[in-house]
Amino acid sequence: MIKFVLMVNRQGQTRLSRYYHSVELSRRAALEADVVRYCLSRKKDQCSFVEYKDFKLVYRQYAALYIVVGITDSELSIYELVHNFVEVLDKYFSRVIMFNLDRVHIILDEMIQNGHIVETNKSRILAPLTTIDKMVDS
Amino acid sequence: MSDVVEKTLTALPSLLSLDSHPGSAKLSSTSKLGNLIRGITELTSKHEEEKLIQHELLAIKEQVSSPNTTMRQMKELMVRSIYCEMLGYEASFSYIHAIKLAQQGTVLEKRVGYLAVSLFLNESHELLLLLVNTVLKVGVGLHNIHHTMPKREFRIFDCRVLCSQDLQSTNLIEVCMALTVVSQMFPKDMIPAILPLVEEKLNHPKEIIRRKAVLALYKFYLIAPNQVQHIHNKFRKALCDKDPGVMTASLHIYLQMIQENPEAYKDLTPSFVTILKQVVGGKLPMDFNYHTVPAPWLQIQLLRILSLLGKNDQSTSEVMYEVLDESLQRAEMNHNITYAILYECVKCIYTIHPKSHLLEKAAKCIGNFVLSPKINLKYLGLKALTYVVQQDPKLALQHQMTIIECLDHPDLIIKRETLELLFRITNGQNVTVIVEKMLEFLCISEDDHTTIDLVGKVAELAEKYAPDNEWFIETMNTVFSLGGDMMQPDIPNSFLKLLSEGFDSVEEDRKLRLFAVNSYIPLLRGEPGKLPQRFLQVISWVLGEYSHLREDLEPAEVLSLLAKLLDMKNSSSETKSWVLMAMTKLCKGGADASVTQEVSETYSSSLDTVLRQRAHELQYLSQDPELRARVLPRGAKPETLEVDSSLSFLDRFVSEALAAGAAPYKPPHQWQEELDQSKALSLEPYGLSLPISMSSCSITDRQSPTLLSMSSGLSGDSADLSHKGGSSALKLDGIKRVWGREGYLAQREPVEEAAQVEVPSPIQSPGRQGEGDSLHSQTPTQTPTPEPEQEKQQLASSLFVGLASQSSVSLMGKSEPTPQRFRRKAKGQGLGSSFNANEQISSSLISPPSAVDNLLCNNLLDSNNSSELAEQTSQLSQSLTTANGTCHAEAELTESDTKGCNPALRRDNCVVAAGPGPHNDPGRLTEVCLDSYLPAELSGLSHSEIAPLCANQSLNLSACHVQKEDSLILVVFIMNSSESAIQQMLLQVDSEELEVSCLCNSLAGEVTSHSVAVGQYSLTVKRPAVHVEVVGTVSYQLPAGTSQSLQFSYKVPLTSFIRPFVVSTEEYGTMWLSFSHDTKQNLTLINDNQEPLTATLNALKKKLQLHVVEVIGMEGIVACRLLQDLPCLMHCRVNAGWLAVWLRSPVPDLPDCLIYHCQRALQSL
Repeated sequence: MIKFVLMVNRQGQTRLSRYYHSVELSRRAALEADVVRYCLSRKKDQCSFVEYKDFKLVYRQYAALYIVVGITDSELSIYELVHNFVEVLDKYFSRVIMFNLDRVHIILDEMIQNGHIVETNKSRILAPLTTIDKMVDS
Repeated sequence: MSDVVEKTLTALPSLLSLDSHPGSAKLSSTSKLGNLIRGITELTSKHEEEKLIQHELLAIKEQVSSPNTTMRQMKELMVRSIYCEMLGYEASFSYIHAIKLAQQGTVLEKRVGYLAVSLFLNESHELLLLLVNTVLKVGVGLHNIHHTMPKREFRIFDCRVLCSQDLQSTNLIEVCMALTVVSQMFPKDMIPAILPLVEEKLNHPKEIIRRKAVLALYKFYLIAPNQVQHIHNKFRKALCDKDPGVMTASLHIYLQMIQENPEAYKDLTPSFVTILKQVVGGKLPMDFNYHTVPAPWLQIQLLRILSLLGKNDQSTSEVMYEVLDESLQRAEMNHNITYAILYECVKCIYTIHPKSHLLEKAAKCIGNFVLSPKINLKYLGLKALTYVVQQDPKLALQHQMTIIECLDHPDLIIKRETLELLFRITNGQNVTVIVEKMLEFLCISEDDHTTIDLVGKVAELAEKYAPDNEWFIETMNTVFSLGGDMMQPDIPNSFLKLLSEGFDSVEEDRKLRLFAVNSYIPLLRGEPGKLPQRFLQVISWVLGEYSHLREDLEPAEVLSLLAKLLDMKNSSSETKSWVLMAMTKLCKGGADASVTQEVSETYSSSLDTVLRQRAHELQYLSQDPELRARVLPRGAKPETLEVDSSLSFLDRFVSEALAAGAAPYKPPHQWQEELDQSKALSLEPYGLSLPISMSSCSITDRQSPTLLSMSSGLSGDSADLSHKGGSSALKLDGIKRVWGREGYLAQREPVEEAAQVEVPSPIQSPGRQGEGDSLHSQTPTQTPTPEPEQEKQQLASSLFVGLASQSSVSLMGKSEPTPQRFRRKAKGQGLGSSFNANEQISSSLISPPSAVDNLLCNNLLDSNNSSELAEQTSQLSQSLTTANGTCHAEAELTESDTKGCNPALRRDNCVVAAGPGPHNDPGRLTEVCLDSYLPAELSGLSHSEIAPLCANQSLNLSACHVQKEDSLILVVFIMNSSESAIQQMLLQVDSEELEVSCLCNSLAGEVTSHSVAVGQYSLTVKRPAVHVEVVGTVSYQLPAGTSQSLQFSYKVPLTSFIRPFVVSTEEYGTMWLSFSHDTKQNLTLINDNQEPLTATLNALKKKLQLHVVEVIGMEGIVACRLLQDLPCLMHCRVNAGWLAVWLRSPVPDLPDCLIYHCQRALQSL
């Protein structure tokens, strides 16, 4: 079960957050800061899974960007899911993705729903979005 | 690393890059969002950020409400709002515009509108629905809603309208979007309105629509399983869909359903196996691959489903052995994702019925994980080991040196996981070393959650395996110091309980208590200000009770040490009250008088009423030694306290007040719900809520006086429920009992209380063996090894001692088996009845099976038509249990006799389990014979099939449940299948949904070879759920001294708890009004030649033991109760070919659960 997906930079600023269980808006900032602090404090040679409260964090670093997923089980498969997600982003966006918050969300929505992985096939993940793009262009 | 990864890595820094790229087709940083993001990135303080965002929000607010804003601009504004909310700043003004955008925008704008809706809103509560419905009924359109309603109320309504519009759209992408948002968030009460539209999409030619429709159904199943109960066949169709994506989507539903009830889906095992085989065999299209591995997440999902299906089920497990073997072999590539699959595979193999060659392979696989240089894999390896060591402790031995390395790993996460593993393999011989390691970790850990968890584990191990008193007390002192005030309160409670209840030897009790006193005095002389409050409370209590055991210690000194605690400024008033109580026990007058006098004077004017009371007690009792000796007798055993949580002593007061015209008490939630309901009644826009006319009962007067007694009785019940388990005898121990069932007890003779003190019951703890501190005095190994290596080996030998029966595996000589010294008392059974009841061993139950019984079983098995007979028998007995509403045991027996069924056959329901197959499996045979171990008083009653729970090399656990008129009895059979006796057997049973109380526990601690011990538990429902489950642990020691435990779970259908509830129509009417939880649903009517209503009600009565109160015309009222006293009323009405039912109960969730079972019952006809 996935509790949330976060994208943060090295300064700890949230770039994207998606929660799959209800967390009050007011508590999110504190949670995110805490989570980021945990992950940033870890060294490269340390384990990518961190125990945090009653769940676990799986994190991956891509240059200055951290993707952190809060989960309750199956660490390694989520670790690879993050990479799959990044590969999908890579396939869709030619360059800058950060100013396309909406599209990143749309992609993520195709992959994870209700805290479960619902699609991992890259072309199928992107199909709805590319269709929309085509309609907008024409 | 693959090319893909490198490409990704080069591309990703652009995630943060702020340069604008004019060539990019997508939004660039010159956009307003870009400006915002850049602005925020450049900020240095939180304050600046807040200022910037507030400014931004104002600008957005202004623009969204402008009539000139285009949808395209609106989309951009919404993304900026999303960004602001993401940073924690509420942008609630934009919610309505998000909905508007989803409604009016074109493709991308619409999608962003939906996205914003799903990010902004949550599935709020029922109150909103009412308003939504009201609005709908009076026909207020969307355009003026936001002027008349507070911001959250319109959400659900809009979602539904939107979705249904878009669902009916001919534009595929719009349908797709609508389904996506439906599967993300949907109000459960609106499901029926949209369900037909979603169902229709299941047949859509496009796979993506079918897939999303299945995911929407999954969402419905998650939030309201009974709403989609009737379309299970569609789930099956989705599972068989030709598109792998649709099939994968249906697995989410199946995983969920199988978790809840694996029995119902066993028939699908071959299908899941076939699917996995095809996936593993590479039959899916290439684009399902991830790094050349075919659909890895799908494989993982299937493995999870299989492990749920194969758990405790040999025949189902056998179906999957082959594919598991294949999965292990195929996943050989060295990539993380294959390890993720392997991990799941290993877990599955260790969960299902064991198969030796698979276990070997899985063990080897775990080895690869543990030995991997990759730290993530090592972590996973430790996790896998932790999972499997309970079944196979030898695996830990194989990897002992790796485990030791991990124990010293610089990464705390690895260390922590290693401790978790060690915790699982702790026994009497290695406890000191393992606890030492855990305490070391606690000293360096800064995480509160870890501290709380580990402290609890140390305390558990200390109680279970303490080698001697001194160690135990010292360990607990460390636990209290480190755990501080964060730890679970039951740790100090059970520690004090253990001290006060004592063991079988008076001398031992004295020693233990003296150790405690001796260790506390120096702590108080030192710097008590540094100790946590909880610890000070424990110290105060122990000194108050037992400091007299130390002869060289003057009470005056203890008193002054305690008085010092009162003066510390950081002492909480709770601690102070513990201290005052302790002083009350110690003061004797004379020399102590001045201290106590001073203290009692200080606190007798305290603002804290508890402290003031304690101070007065101290004052009076210190002046009257005779009274004190009677009130606080020294060395008294803890008495059993009865807490009257229903406050029955107030009954007279309440009835007088009611007679005088006071309004009956209702708990706040009931008020709220009644408020909701009174509104709910007026609106039925979707034709779902049933037009109910309760002609048979008068509903008009909601405040009718007959209601009074009922509702006050109910509130008493709910108080009972909420207090259960909370009656810890400990805290009140030694305090005078002032309130009792009959009211204030002050006038009663104190002597009587002393007489109530229970005689110490013989505790199962075995006699003391030599002061085994052998662990500390290890002899070094003979082989000359380098220093550090030798240290590690020593550590290894002390950690892994006692894990294997043959000593050769452990590196050093084995120690003497250490008996378990302390034993945690059963939780939630504060009366201490559960395990002290051991003296009531019924010897007949643990004696070997009698020859007669064996003969009977064998004969049955040998008879050719045994299975047929058995089937007949079980059918018969089933119909018997349900046929006569009252469920009298005697009645059943006689009836079965009159029907000419051989009573001997009838008793043996479980012949079905044995089946017509070959009889060479000894395990099966014992199952059959277990029937004869059923306690005599239960043997006449009908019981469920005796189901095997779990087994290992020494124990076979089975269980069944027996329905009695006023209770449901769970019988657990523990068969020692090994050749040697098993000692210190301890069975603990617990449940989240049920109240479990031990009736009779024949577990004497020792179970001889090939005999069976039986535990009986009475189950009642405390929180209704569709399926209820009890979980249990058997812990025991093998003759070799190794402690083992075996966990099991047992599912009981909620239907077993249902009993008819005989009430009159008038009583029914009164109750109906006072019950606050309800649900409504349409059920299928049975249309045979009979009258449909009567036929359906009779079927329900027969299946579920409901009581039909009255049937008038097209309406019927039915009542039942869930053991013990959870009533549920049902009003049925024939309406347009359906049976419209309305259920009400004072218990939350009960109506929903019952409707589920009604549906099931009618379906299975």
